Amino acid sequence: MNDDPILRVCTKIIVGPIVLFGLYVQFHGDYGPGGGFQAGVIVAAGFILHSLIFGLKEGRKLVSERINLIIMVLGVLLYGGVGLISLYYNSEYLDYSILAHDTKHGQHIGILLIEFGVGLTVAGVMLILFHLFSSWKGDSK
Amino acid sequence: MIDFSVFQNSLPALQVVVPLLLAPVAVLVTIPFLSWLIALFGSIFCLYSSVSLFLLVSEFGKINYYMGGWLPPYGIEYIIDDASAFMIVLISLMGVFATTYAYQSLKNEINKKSQSKVYGMWLLALGGLLGLVTTGDAFNLFVFLEISSLSSVTLVALGSKNDKRALTAAFNYLLIGAVGATFYVIGVGLLYSITGTLNIADLTLKLSELTNNNSMKAGISFIIIGLMVKAAIFPLHIWLPAAYTFAPSAVAVLLTATATKAALYVLSRILFTLLFNADEFTVIILQWILLPASIVAIVFGTIRAIFEKDIKKLLAFSSLSQIGYITIGLTLGTASGIMASFIHIANHSMMKAALFMGVGAISIKFNQSIKLDNLKGLYQIMPITSISLTIVILSLLGIPLTIGFVSKVYLLKAVFNHGNWPILFIIVVTSFLALGYAWKMIENIWMKQPDNMNLLVKEDPKIYFPLFVLAIFNILFGIFAYPIVNSAFKASNAIFWKVI
Amino acid sequence: MIHGILGIWNYWIVIILMMTGLFIVISRHNLVKKMVGLTIFQTSVFLFYISLGKVQGGTAPILTGYKNTLYSNPLPHVLILTAIVVGVATTALGLALILRIKNEYGTIEENEIASLNTEENSK
Repeated sequence: MNDDPILRVCTKIIVGPIVLFGLYVQFHGDYGPGGGFQAGVIVAAGFILHSLIFGLKEGRKLVSERINLIIMVLGVLLYGGVGLISLYYNSEYLDYSILAHDTKHGQHIGILLIEFGVGLTVAGVMLILFHLFSSWKGDSK
Repeated sequence: MIDFSVFQNSLPALQVVVPLLLAPVAVLVTIPFLSWLIALFGSIFCLYSSVSLFLLVSEFGKINYYMGGWLPPYGIEYIIDDASAFMIVLISLMGVFATTYAYQSLKNEINKKSQSKVYGMWLLALGGLLGLVTTGDAFNLFVFLEISSLSSVTLVALGSKNDKRALTAAFNYLLIGAVGATFYVIGVGLLYSITGTLNIADLTLKLSELTNNNSMKAGISFIIIGLMVKAAIFPLHIWLPAAYTFAPSAVAVLLTATATKAALYVLSRILFTLLFNADEFTVIILQWILLPASIVAIVFGTIRAIFEKDIKKLLAFSSLSQIGYITIGLTLGTASGIMASFIHIANHSMMKAALFMGVGAISIKFNQSIKLDNLKGLYQIMPITSISLTIVILSLLGIPLTIGFVSKVYLLKAVFNHGNWPILFIIVVTSFLALGYAWKMIENIWMKQPDNMNLLVKEDPKIYFPLFVLAIFNILFGIFAYPIVNSAFKASNAIFWKVI
Repeated sequence: MIHGILGIWNYWIVIILMMTGLFIVISRHNLVKKMVGLTIFQTSVFLFYISLGKVQGGTAPILTGYKNTLYSNPLPHVLILTAIVVGVATTALGLALILRIKNEYGTIEENEIASLNTEENSK
């Protein structure tokens, strides 16, 4: 596929806006449909489009396997860690009210952070699934 | 700086969160030994927290932990009472045993690339099971059910290095498990549609007025079928023999001791706590569904095990019949029946885990399935393993002074009090039939001469040490049965509200 | 009577999809088709939950600025988001296992795999 100039040019133009749209969906989850999972899938779709057109090796140069794993782990730890902060402030686990001066802002900040964690994890997982399935050469021993 | 009492107060949450958060760290670390250390740390922390929660509950009564500070029925709460404290101590204790056994055993049985990532799955399975038994919200239960199921599927599939049938076993487990969990979700949806709440305690209150509602009956039936799949109750046990046979030995140890038992605990919660006011309906479920299923499971499991040459498959079918004993205790519908079931849940975990550990110790050098013939003359080559295996086999038979005897006594007493003579007869007869496969194992270990191949196997202290300690536990709790019996008694009181 | 039967047409669709999914899981030999059947079965459950949450005259459960808006019940939507993610994980795991099975056995038809397994059993 990587010798068709129309596809290559269009992909180069559109991958950036796809990731931007993913970030928009991520942070506007309070005001419209959206949130972490959907945003993660959209961002991953952008990277997968790039890998589809330019080849798997180019895709892996963009996001190496180690970085991919680290992104996934960071997302999960962010999600769980924000809940742990509230333990430090003598409240229950996952109580976001204490993160700011009053309940409403605290919950807002908490939800933003954990949705970002979810988005990171989902984007990492979708990308790694795509690369694992498409680079499967049939040797596992 | 960090208040220790805060730590104490949030143990119900930490006990689930710590293994779940340590799991991705164990995946990230590339050295297998470090990942194993992280898994060991996670399981020891869970043991510490479950024992402290158990002691707290026996002193102060039920603990309700509200996640995120949201009060029920809007929020998710975690309930630690006598019954769930019993289960979390059991699961974390067997988790520690399985994790200490796992390092050497997994090093030999799975391929090199997976050796550090397996501990991530291990921690996820452990954390998921601990959350399954403590949560007080019906949908949260589904989430933990799926977390523990999907990680168990991955763990079973790792046995493909030795035998490619592990892959089909894992795939069947995945398919049947996913269908079962979806049935559970349908049931919860039906119950939500008539009560408007997902909190289990609130559901109990609201369902107690709706006892003749058809949606309630349909919902409960879907939930029970879903849980029967996970607990491997006949006829939905199809995934169990293949999964336990072809999984790596350490994985079989973990799964047999914890996964089915947690589902059986949830089943008893649904049958007795949730439905405490629906007498006729519960009696129908117990008498027409669980009772025939348990009897067939006991008879079929024992007879099939007698004719089986492959030891892991033999142990899997024996597990089927033991799960039948546990559910027979539940079908009696009395507090002493539930107490006998809980005693057998604890004892069977300890017995089967030790048996699978023993089989794993032998299969380290053979890269094929262990047949009965491979046990010939084991006492000369691996003496400590043989002694421990024999103690546990005797315990499985129900010889006095072992935990198997304690659970048989309480089960027979409960059936006797209920006056159900056919069940009594079946239990006694199948206990004697179990001699059919147990005697073959003991005879091969002690009374035959080893073939040439067997002389290649040597004993490994890292492997036989957890096995030996479990065998000692088998005898110790058989003689000093009070801790297990007393906690099971309190657990049955917590589940069965009517007995006061 | 007709209104009672045709009025709940969404639940009829749920039942049809559920039974179709289960039938595909049970009756098809190809492993990928079984996974597809499982996905159809899970999708029918999602439709069931969302139908439960609809309030007559209610709009989507996102806060608008106006007072006195009637919202549908947001709880089933949240439950289904979770269940969708669980379904995605199950499908991913199942497809990964199918890849490995194809690699080891050379086929993904269940009857051929079963006959290869019985050969292995008798060895």
